[in-house]
Amino acid sequence: MATKIIKVGALARVEGEGSLYVRIKDDTVTDVRFGIFEPPRFFEAFLVGRDYSEAPDLAARICGICPVAYELGAILAMEDVLGVTVSQPINDLRRLIYCGEWIESHGLHTYLLHAPDFLGLADALELAKVDKPLVERALRLKKIGNDILEIVGGRAVHPVNLKVGGFYRSPRKAEIRRLRDDLKWAIDESEASAKLFSGFDFPDFEQDYTFIALRHERDYAIHQGRLVSNRGLDVPVSEFLDHFDEEHVEHSNALQGYMKAGTSPYMLGPLARYAINHDRLSERARAAARSAGLGPVVLNPFRSIIVRAVEMLQACEDALALVEGYDEPDRPAETATPRAGVGHGCTEAPRGVCYHRYQLAEDGSILDARIIPPTSQNQKAIEDDLRRVVEANLDLAPDALQWRCEQAIRNYDPCISCATHFLTLTVEWA
Amino acid sequence: MAPRKRPKLAVWKFSSCDGCQLSLLDCEEDLLAISEAVDISYFLEATRKPAKGPYDISLVEGSIATAHDVETIRQVRRQSRTLITIGACATAGGVQALRNFKNVKSFISRVYAHPEFIETLDQSSPISDLVAVDFELRGCPVNKAQLLEVLSATLNGRKPNVHKHAECIECKMRGNVCVTVAKGEPCLGPVVQAGCGGLCPSVGRGCFGCFGPTETPNTAALAEKFAALGLDPRDIQRQFRGLNANAEAFRKESERHGN
Repeated sequence: MATKIIKVGALARVEGEGSLYVRIKDDTVTDVRFGIFEPPRFFEAFLVGRDYSEAPDLAARICGICPVAYELGAILAMEDVLGVTVSQPINDLRRLIYCGEWIESHGLHTYLLHAPDFLGLADALELAKVDKPLVERALRLKKIGNDILEIVGGRAVHPVNLKVGGFYRSPRKAEIRRLRDDLKWAIDESEASAKLFSGFDFPDFEQDYTFIALRHERDYAIHQGRLVSNRGLDVPVSEFLDHFDEEHVEHSNALQGYMKAGTSPYMLGPLARYAINHDRLSERARAAARSAGLGPVVLNPFRSIIVRAVEMLQACEDALALVEGYDEPDRPAETATPRAGVGHGCTEAPRGVCYHRYQLAEDGSILDARIIPPTSQNQKAIEDDLRRVVEANLDLAPDALQWRCEQAIRNYDPCISCATHFLTLTVEWA
Repeated sequence: MAPRKRPKLAVWKFSSCDGCQLSLLDCEEDLLAISEAVDISYFLEATRKPAKGPYDISLVEGSIATAHDVETIRQVRRQSRTLITIGACATAGGVQALRNFKNVKSFISRVYAHPEFIETLDQSSPISDLVAVDFELRGCPVNKAQLLEVLSATLNGRKPNVHKHAECIECKMRGNVCVTVAKGEPCLGPVVQAGCGGLCPSVGRGCFGCFGPTETPNTAALAEKFAALGLDPRDIQRQFRGLNANAEAFRKESERHGN
C-alpha cells in the first residue's frame, strides 16, 4: 500500500501565513488540510469596550490588502444600529473608493500573484524579465486603484477619511476629476487583460459550486445588496447568521464557515459574483467575458483570473461614471447619535462576502463584535477543490502536483491575514 | 567588467495585516528599479522561489505572538546583516497588543470554540524585545517614501533621513488648521512621531497615533488638555490605547487613567 504526503510549510503569493497538507493512500486522498498558522489576533475580543466610532479604523487593521472592506463593513453595521441613512453622493463616494480597492487588489492578484502560475514562472519579477512592458502596465493598473484610495481616503493602506455617517472631508471636485484619463486607459487595459488571460492553458476542472454573493437591484453589487445564492437563497444581510456559521477545526487558527442548510461547502468571490450578477455587468464587461470564452456561469476556478479581469473592467467603468458625475456632497457626513441595539454590515471584499455584526450599549460602546471574513468561509471549498485536484492529477510528478495545488489555492486569492482572526502546504508522499 | 553582486533582500512576516509589505509592492513606479538594485531573495507574498540566506537586508513586518515566532525571529537575525523592522506591529506590538492589557484566555474563548487548539503567547511583542534591530521604521502602515529612503540609505551605507520630531510640526508645515484649537477635537499630534504628512488633521480629524510616540513625548500635558476638552478618564485612556498601545510612553500614560 502506497501512502503519499504532499506538504507545503509556507505558501507563497498569498496574503498571510498558510499551509497545505494532503495525504494520499492507494490513489485516494484520505486527508486534506488547508491550515492557517497566522497567529490569532483577537479583533472581536478587543473591540469590546471600544466606542462605535473607533471600530472602522481598528477593524481596518485586520487586512492591509482590503481595509475598505473592513472599514465599510463596520460602518454599515454601526449605521444599521444607529438608524443612519446616508445621502446618494456619500453612497457614491463609498462605491468609488471600494472600486479603487477592487482595482488595486485584482490588479495585484491577477498579474503579480496568479499569472506567474500559468506561465511556469516563480514570480512577477521573472515575468518582468520576459515581458517588462506587461508588468509595467500591471503596476500602472494597480496604481490607479491606489490613486482612487488616496484621493478619496487619504492613503492606500488603511485610509483615514471614512467614518460612521460618511466621510471626514469631501474630496474636491478637481481632485476627483484628475482620475478621468487614467480610468479611461484602465478600462481598455482591463479589457486587454481579460483577452490576454483567456489565452492561458487551464486545467480541465469543474465543480458544481454553491455560490453566495450580494445582489443589488441595479449595480454589480459591491457594498450593498441582498445575500443571494444560485440555489434559491435570497435574504437581507441581517439574516446572515440564520444561514451561515463558523466552526473551529484543529489545524487552523481561522474559523471555517459553513451553511446551516446542507453539508456542501459554498464559494464566495469572483466566480460567485459573476454567476449571480452576470445580468448586472455592463455591456462592455459582458462582451469582454464573451470574447474571452466565458459563458454566463464559470465553474472552473482556474478561470477566476479571467473573471477578475472582467470585474476589474466593471470596477473601472463604474469608477469612471462616478468620477464624471461627482459633485461635492452638501455635507461630508450624516450625524450619528449613539443608541443601544444590534446592527449588520455586509460587503463584497475582492475575495468575497465579508460580514460584520455589532451590539452596542446605549452610550455607543461595543458589547459584542462578530466579523466573518471571506477566506474563512472559502476554506472548506478550497479543501474540497484540493481533494479533487489531487485525485485528478495523481500522474503528475510530485513537484508539479504541489505547484498545481498551490495554484488551486491561489484561485481563491486567499487573504490569510483576514481569516485569522488564516495557510502552509503539506502533501505527504511516502 | 564583471557585474557587481547585488545585495540580497528578504521580507519576513510575523503577526500583522500584510499592509506594510504591501507598501513595498505599492512602490509601483519604483518596484522594478528596486528589483534591479537588490536581489529579492525571500518575499513569500510575491514569490514561490525563496533563496537561502544569509541576507544583506531583512525587512521584518509583524509582532511576536507565538513561541514559534520567537524561534523564527532568532533564525532571521542570525541570517541577516542588517535587520530593519517595518510598521507598528514590528516596532511596538501593533493593534493586537491590546491583548497585553487583558486576560488572553478570555480573549481566546471569546473568538474560538476550542481554546485548546490555539497556541499563542500572552503578549504581542515588538521585534526589538527579542533580537537586536538596526533600524525601526514606524507607521500603521509605513510611509512608502520613508521605506524607499531607508532601503536606499542602507544600500548606500548612510543613516536614513527619517525625522523623529512630532507630527504636530509636519501638520503645521502642511498648513493645516489645528483641529484641537479650532474645533476642540482631541489629537495625538503633539506626542506622535511624524511620518504620515499630517493626514488626519488634513481631513479634519485628530491624529490617532499610527506612527507611535515621538522622542520624549509630554503625554501627561496632553492628557490634561484632553480632560480640559471634556474627555473622561476612559476616553483619555482609549486615545493612548490604539495602534501603538504597547509603546512604552503610551502604555504608561494609558495606565494612569484606569486599568
